[in-house]
Amino acid sequence: MKILVAVKRVIDYNVQIRVKSDNSGVEKDNVKMSMNPPDENAVEEALKLKDSGKVTEVVIISIGQEKCQDTIRTALAMGADRGILVKTNDDIEPLAVAKTLKNIVEKEKPNMVLLGKQAIDDDCNQTGQMLSALLNWPQGCFVSDLGINDSTITISREIDEGLEQLEIKLPAVVTCDLRLNEPRFASLPNIMKAKKKPMEIIEIGSLGIDTNPKVKYLKVEEPPVRQGGVMVADAKELIQKLKYEAKVI
Amino acid sequence: MSVLVVAEHNNIILKPSTLNTIKAASQIDKEVHLLICGFQNEDVVSQASKVEGVFKILQLDDAAIQNQLSEHVSQVIVNLSKNYSHILAPSSTFGKNLMPRAAAILDHSQISDISAVISTDTFVRPIYAGNAIATVQSLDPIKFITVRTTAFEPVETSGGSASIEKISMKLEEIATKFLDRKESKSERPELGSARIVISGGRGLENGDNFKLLNEIADKLNAAIGASRAAVDAGYIGNECQVGQTGKMVAPDLYIAVGISGAIQHLAGMKESKIIVAINKDEEAPIFGIADYGLKADLFEALPEISKELDLLNDIVK
Repeated sequence: MKILVAVKRVIDYNVQIRVKSDNSGVEKDNVKMSMNPPDENAVEEALKLKDSGKVTEVVIISIGQEKCQDTIRTALAMGADRGILVKTNDDIEPLAVAKTLKNIVEKEKPNMVLLGKQAIDDDCNQTGQMLSALLNWPQGCFVSDLGINDSTITISREIDEGLEQLEIKLPAVVTCDLRLNEPRFASLPNIMKAKKKPMEIIEIGSLGIDTNPKVKYLKVEEPPVRQGGVMVADAKELIQKLKYEAKVI
Repeated sequence: MSVLVVAEHNNIILKPSTLNTIKAASQIDKEVHLLICGFQNEDVVSQASKVEGVFKILQLDDAAIQNQLSEHVSQVIVNLSKNYSHILAPSSTFGKNLMPRAAAILDHSQISDISAVISTDTFVRPIYAGNAIATVQSLDPIKFITVRTTAFEPVETSGGSASIEKISMKLEEIATKFLDRKESKSERPELGSARIVISGGRGLENGDNFKLLNEIADKLNAAIGASRAAVDAGYIGNECQVGQTGKMVAPDLYIAVGISGAIQHLAGMKESKIIVAINKDEEAPIFGIADYGLKADLFEALPEISKELDLLNDIVK
C-alpha cells in the first residue's frame, strides 16, 4: 500500500503576522517558514502506518517555490521515502492545488492521500475535499483517529457536535486534525540521510493545468486592534463591573 | 437569479447556524431558497417555513441521504446549481466538509468563512487566524461560500412564510458508510450561539476542575468552551474547542479562565463584545485584549465569583 502526503510551507505558527503597507498581502520576506502544523500530523500518520507494516511507501508532495524542498526534506527526515516538488512561484488557490495533486495521484496511484485539514495561512480548509471531488473518491475530513483494513479505513472525525465514525472504501482522501497523533522529531542522523533521498522536481507549467485564479485578493488589511481594558482587584469588583458598567449579566 | 442556502440540521432541529447564513444570503439577494436534505425531515421543514427571509424551501426526503454525507449532499447541490448565482452554507464542520466538494465538481473555487458581504461578487474574510483581513472578489459564475456565523445576526425564527417544494433525484452510490455519531449532550446553550461563554484552559489542571466552570455557567446560562491545550490534555471534548482550528464564538461576554491566550485561541474569540481574563500570570497575552482582567489563582477566584453572583438581585441570562 502506498500513501501520498501533501504538505504546505507556511509562515511558522509562532510568527506575529505583519500586513504589508501597500495592503497587497502579508510580509513573507525574512520570516520563519515551516510545515503547516496539521500537515505534520498527516506525515506522522502515514509513517505510523508504515511502521506497522501496512504501508510500504510514503511519498511527500509540496507545491510552491524552490524553498518548499526544505519542507519536503523535513518530512523525509521524519522517515518518508521520497519527495515531489511541483514548482511554481505563484500563490495558487485550493482548486488549482487540488487539480495539481490529482495529476500526480493519477501517475503515482496511491491508495490514500493524506493532508492537513486546513492551512494556517489562508485558513481555507478546502484542498482535501476538492481533491476527493476531482478524483471522485470518498473523503474523511477532520480526522482524529484512523484504522486501516485491507480495502477500507475506519475513521473518527471531529464535528461541531462531537465525533462521527465512518467506514470508507479505499482509495480515499483523508484530512487530518491536530489531535490525530503527536508528530515525531527528526533525529540528526535521519536529517543527514534525508538529504540523499530522491526528490523529483516538476515545473507546474509542464502539467497542462489551468491554475489561473478564480478568486482575486483585492486588499489585505490589519484587523481592528482591540484595546486592553482594566485590571480589577477581586471577584467582587469584577462582578460589579460586569453588572453595572458593561451591563452584560 | 436567487441564492441557495444549504440548511444545517439533524432531521429534527434546524441548527442556529442556518439562521446566520440566511442573513448573509439576504444581503446578496432577497430571493433566498433553503435546501433541506435528509430523511423524515418534516419537523425541520416546518420550522424553516416560518423563518424570516426564506422565499422557498426545497425538501429532499430520502432514506439514502439520512446522514447527509458530503458525497451525497454535494451531488444534490450540483444538480440544483444551474438555478443559482450563489450557494451558501455555514462555516461549521458541516459546511466546511461539503462546500469545497460541491464547488470542485463544477470546477468552481470556494470562498471560506466570509465575515462581510461587500457586493454580489466581493466579500471579506479573515486569514492568518484573523491577524489579517482579506477582501476578495470571486470570478466564478456561481459563488460557493461558507459563512462565519458569528459575523451575521441570526434572522428571526418566525414571521416567514416560505413555499415548500418537494424534490427528488437519483443519487450515485457512494463509497462512504456511516457508522455512528457521538453527540455530546448538554442542557446548556450551544457554544457557537450562546450569549455568554466561559472557557477553561490548561490552568484548570484536570477535567474534574471544569466543574468550577460549570457552577458559574449554570448561574449565567453560559456555554462551556476550552482552549486547544485543555482539549488535547483530555480535560474536555473536542466540541468545546474555541480557536483557529476549533469553533469561532462572539458572545456578549467571554470569560477566559486559566487560558494564556495563544493567537490561535484569540482567533476564535476576539470578536466577543466583553472579554474577561482570569489568570495568575500577569504577563499572559490574554490580558492584552481583555476588557476586565483579574490576576488571581483561579481556584480561589472562581468560588468567589460564584458567591458574588449569588449576591446579585437578578442576573440577565
